[in-house]
Amino acid sequence: MKHIFLKRVLPVAFLSAGLTGMQACKPKGTQSAVTGDAASKAYVAPGKYDEFYNFVSGGFSGQMSVYGLPSGRLLRVIPVFSVDPEKGWGYSEETKPMLNTSNGLIPWDDLHHIALSVTNGVHDGRWAFGNANNTPRIARIDLTTFRAAEIIEIPNSAGNHSSPFITENSEYVVAGTRFSVPIGDNQDVPINSYKDNFKGTVSFIGLNKDSGDMHIAFQILTPGINFDLARAGKGKSAGWVFFSCYNSEKANTLLEVNASQKDKDFIMAVNWKKAEEYVKAGKGVKKAVRYAHNKYNEQTHTAISTIEKEVLTLDPKDCPDMVYFMPCPKSPHGCDTDPSGEYIVGSGKLAAIIPVFSFSKIQQAITGKNYDGTFDGIPVLKYEAVLHGEVQKTGLGPLHTEFDDKGNAYTSFFVSSEIIKWNIKDLKVLDRVPTYYSIGHLSVPGGPTAKPYGKYVIAYNKITKDRYLPTGPELTQSAQLYDISGDKMKLILDFPTIGEPHYAEALPAALIAKNSRKIFKIEENKNPYATLGDKNARVERVGKDIHVYMTSIRSHFTPDNIEGVKLGETVYFHVTNLEQDWDVPHGFAVKGANNAELLIMPGETQTLKWVPEKAGIFPMYCTDFCSALHQEMQGYIRVSAPGANVPLSFSTGSTEPAAAQPSKDGSTVKN
Amino acid sequence: MKLKMITAATIIYGALLFTASCGNEGVKTETTDPAATSPQELANNQPETHGIEIKEGDITITSPLQKDLVSAGKSIYELKCQACHKLNEEKLVGPGWKDVTKKRKPVWIMNMITNTEAMLTSDPEAQKLLEQCLVRMPNQNISKDEARQILEFMRENDGEK
Ligand SMILES: [Cu+2]
Repeated sequence: MKHIFLKRVLPVAFLSAGLTGMQACKPKGTQSAVTGDAASKAYVAPGKYDEFYNFVSGGFSGQMSVYGLPSGRLLRVIPVFSVDPEKGWGYSEETKPMLNTSNGLIPWDDLHHIALSVTNGVHDGRWAFGNANNTPRIARIDLTTFRAAEIIEIPNSAGNHSSPFITENSEYVVAGTRFSVPIGDNQDVPINSYKDNFKGTVSFIGLNKDSGDMHIAFQILTPGINFDLARAGKGKSAGWVFFSCYNSEKANTLLEVNASQKDKDFIMAVNWKKAEEYVKAGKGVKKAVRYAHNKYNEQTHTAISTIEKEVLTLDPKDCPDMVYFMPCPKSPHGCDTDPSGEYIVGSGKLAAIIPVFSFSKIQQAITGKNYDGTFDGIPVLKYEAVLHGEVQKTGLGPLHTEFDDKGNAYTSFFVSSEIIKWNIKDLKVLDRVPTYYSIGHLSVPGGPTAKPYGKYVIAYNKITKDRYLPTGPELTQSAQLYDISGDKMKLILDFPTIGEPHYAEALPAALIAKNSRKIFKIEENKNPYATLGDKNARVERVGKDIHVYMTSIRSHFTPDNIEGVKLGETVYFHVTNLEQDWDVPHGFAVKGANNAELLIMPGETQTLKWVPEKAGIFPMYCTDFCSALHQEMQGYIRVSAPGANVPLSFSTGSTEPAAAQPSKDGSTVKN
Repeated sequence: MKLKMITAATIIYGALLFTASCGNEGVKTETTDPAATSPQELANNQPETHGIEIKEGDITITSPLQKDLVSAGKSIYELKCQACHKLNEEKLVGPGWKDVTKKRKPVWIMNMITNTEAMLTSDPEAQKLLEQCLVRMPNQNISKDEARQILEFMRENDGEK
């Protein structure tokens, strides 16, 4: 009894020691770590461009942010999983379908990781992917427009943390479930029947080579454990994906204790080429599910949401040689493959060593059936048989590893707040620098690819206490930029970030800047509510709906005076921006609208829905300073009582005095 | 009173220059290694129908009117120009188009359409119009051929056959 008690308490003791230690570990020395030429290394002169784009997850903000490196300038916040009134994302009728799910429209999520598309294992600058952690989804961002082009929900998943990670030629984006959940028709089961009823899944989302369009190709059913992070192989390991997992104890309560019982959890190795063969051979089973699949069309400027009802699942017991477990100390978090694809670096967040696995040894162990038993029927490879070696004398709480172009690895340490540089071949520690502080992920430009640019490492920190001017109880999240071009890492910049930056990728700006879209061609605008030219501007009544077909150009709307709307009617403002010049959006807002604004790019049409709640005159105006006469870019809409005798009419530039109202109601009169 | 108006116009003009400058003369470069070329060069090197200068010898004006050019020009007018230009002499955002082909040379009109920024910066007549209208004519992404079509439509609007 006592023995069991000890066994249970030990991990907690270890963890709390670590956490108490966190205060002590709070690095005092980071200020002095800044060297004299730091400012000039991070300085990008006004008017000059940065060398790298840095795509950073926005954590609980639900968005993705884009920074320039080395300056740390915030270039853009891309709305993805959370509504964004600044841009009308999730408020305009065209974008609402992007946030649709099988649970209806969800205005918020938690974006944890970034993956950039790759060709031959190298960034190609086409798409960025982000995951919704809470209501499992994956988004694809088009890097010509910097907007979310597609969002797909993941069925049979909960806490979509282990995603999105991408294979060597962007064949698949993988998404592992963090929480195992009951799968199938009966999900109303006792929670403590976890071991019997809860299952995990990892999903393989196929990408169309040309368009990037996503579809769930297949899911692999797994034991009921928790998946944390993943990395695809590359080079010789290209056909594999590695997932770190914890809670091999299959606990369903107080996981901080109960999921820390075993000395080793697992990294799950999946042979996805093999999985493809099994799919072709018809080993997949179709399961009834419901998930939303949302696509934004850049011709119609409109998103369409479709509910899909089926997913193909593969069960490892029907598919031998597809899935293996490798023991990994202790509650593994990161698992990262080096640029060559030979080494897989695990990070046990409660371990004080870093285990490095060898892909060649994994293959030998599989061939030689060098197993250490099975876990739920899946072979467990012998730890010693697959291990390249362990990095000793590290810090506390290793989380993530990225790589440079010289055979070195950089690992973040949450508890001891530092980055440690070590050599992949001989596993010797070469350098360490403090971070400020409690670093989570880190990023090297090109770091997860076959071709890292070993110029910088960026730390994404969880806590910034005492680092910036105070702003009440909540402080900004932060990133820190280190120069790694020499033997020693050098801190050169701190910069604040939005939300909680979980993971980020950086790539040469030249890969993206040249393709960045300037305008939407008005001739190609296929929005069904577009107003192609002023002569088509009009107001129409369809039943209880009023459709305003409106154009905007510096510096007026057409029409800008509208009368005859009745209380009880719903007004749709379909605003088409006729401009064809880069960076001349027009905004649109109406007084009292229970909605946001529209922000309409050149050549685009967007729709604001407005349900007036009282009679009167409601001003509307352009919200984006567009020209010297921007302040004049305004208009009025008149709302009358339901029985009023005001005909529907509209005008622009009419200076005639009020006339007697014609009595014919419901007709359209153009002044 | 008059002085006050001119001052206001000058201030707005200054503001216009400030808010709506777009110098994007790019250099064509080919590259395979993204790190080798500066992103600044690449970003400036995007195709854009903008800043095309039309010279005297570039265009031929014939009579009678070319009907296909007129109708193509009319569609462009309705899509991209009508919001600011009326077909009579009334000013809307920009000047009315009535008799513009009698007041200006074809090359001037086409440059105003395709090479707007340069005209507003250096052509005295264009600058006079800007002082009256106070809104810089936006680049509407119109090619040289399309500008020629618009010109033909303007000629018809001015009564040519
Ligand atoms: Cu405006």
